[in-house]
Amino acid sequence: MKIGVMIQEGPYNHEASDTAYKFIEAAMAKGHAIQGVFLYDDAVTNVAKHMEPPQDDRHIARRWSELGAKGVDIVVCVAAAKRRGMKPELIVDNTRISGLGQLSEICTEAERVVTFGD
Amino acid sequence: MAKIMFVNRNAPHGTIYAWEGLEVVLIFGAYENELSAVYMDDAVFSLKKGQDTTALGIKGFLQTLPVLEDYGCEKIYVDKESMEKRGLKTDDFAIPVEVVDSAGIGKIMEEQDVILPF
Amino acid sequence: MLHIVNKSPYMKSSLESCIRVAQKNDPILLIEDAVLGLAAGGGAESIVQGALKDHPVYALSADISARGLAGNLTSGVKVIDYADFVDLVEQHKPMTWL
Repeated sequence: MKIGVMIQEGPYNHEASDTAYKFIEAAMAKGHAIQGVFLYDDAVTNVAKHMEPPQDDRHIARRWSELGAKGVDIVVCVAAAKRRGMKPELIVDNTRISGLGQLSEICTEAERVVTFGD
Repeated sequence: MAKIMFVNRNAPHGTIYAWEGLEVVLIFGAYENELSAVYMDDAVFSLKKGQDTTALGIKGFLQTLPVLEDYGCEKIYVDKESMEKRGLKTDDFAIPVEVVDSAGIGKIMEEQDVILPF
Repeated sequence: MLHIVNKSPYMKSSLESCIRVAQKNDPILLIEDAVLGLAAGGGAESIVQGALKDHPVYALSADISARGLAGNLTSGVKVIDYADFVDLVEQHKPMTWL
């Protein structure tokens, strides 16, 4: 089944990004296709390139980048990104900045859309 | 084409969810989907007449709400219990809405393909 | 429809709004801080037990364990993992009550 995901919260402050990641991992393990992961609101900072968490903590941006490398389309909302000073050169590899139209497409193409937020 | 419903539950101004939720509607209007919105819990205050955000320096809702219909979001529902619990009446709202009881809201949600909460 | 709730019922009325609107037999899944409502003997236990009359109620095991609640859950709730979460989403269109 094609599953789309929207995240509305940034890293660490909220569990949203962690739950979304675990959910996507489990969905992929079951053979589902991830139609796209749309980062909206403060969630745009989940893929901040210069993120440096303590070594014994999970690296949230790297996790999303690795998922992107596996072919998952990770889309950072351009309008939300601009508000928060996020630019293409400030996001991790294997993720991209695009418009809310991408979220609309995810909603049209995916059979399920799950939102994680706070 | 998908039936997409925006379920607004957050109050305006205190957090950005209500505003960024509106921005989603404006973009989605350019795509061929069937759009509707529900305002429940504290989000009913987003629709209130007489909001003046000048002193906050935050963009208000009152210019944008009347154009939702032009952007394809033709049905705007208000949860009756949320409205009454907060001392609001139908004529407190800045735009025409359809006030629906709990069971009605549940039924409308069930008919959707995708629900995006804000 | 699958109703996903992530808020502690002690802090926000998301679970109560969800129960009020959810159609009979729709499953409810408690994740993140919503699992705090599952503690046996807590003031929110009655809300969860009320929900169980009309809905199957599920809760994420990882969130329960993280909060030290595994040995003290109200009865009737099905504890599931992320893979089961995916199955619920496959079976029902989801709505998240944040």
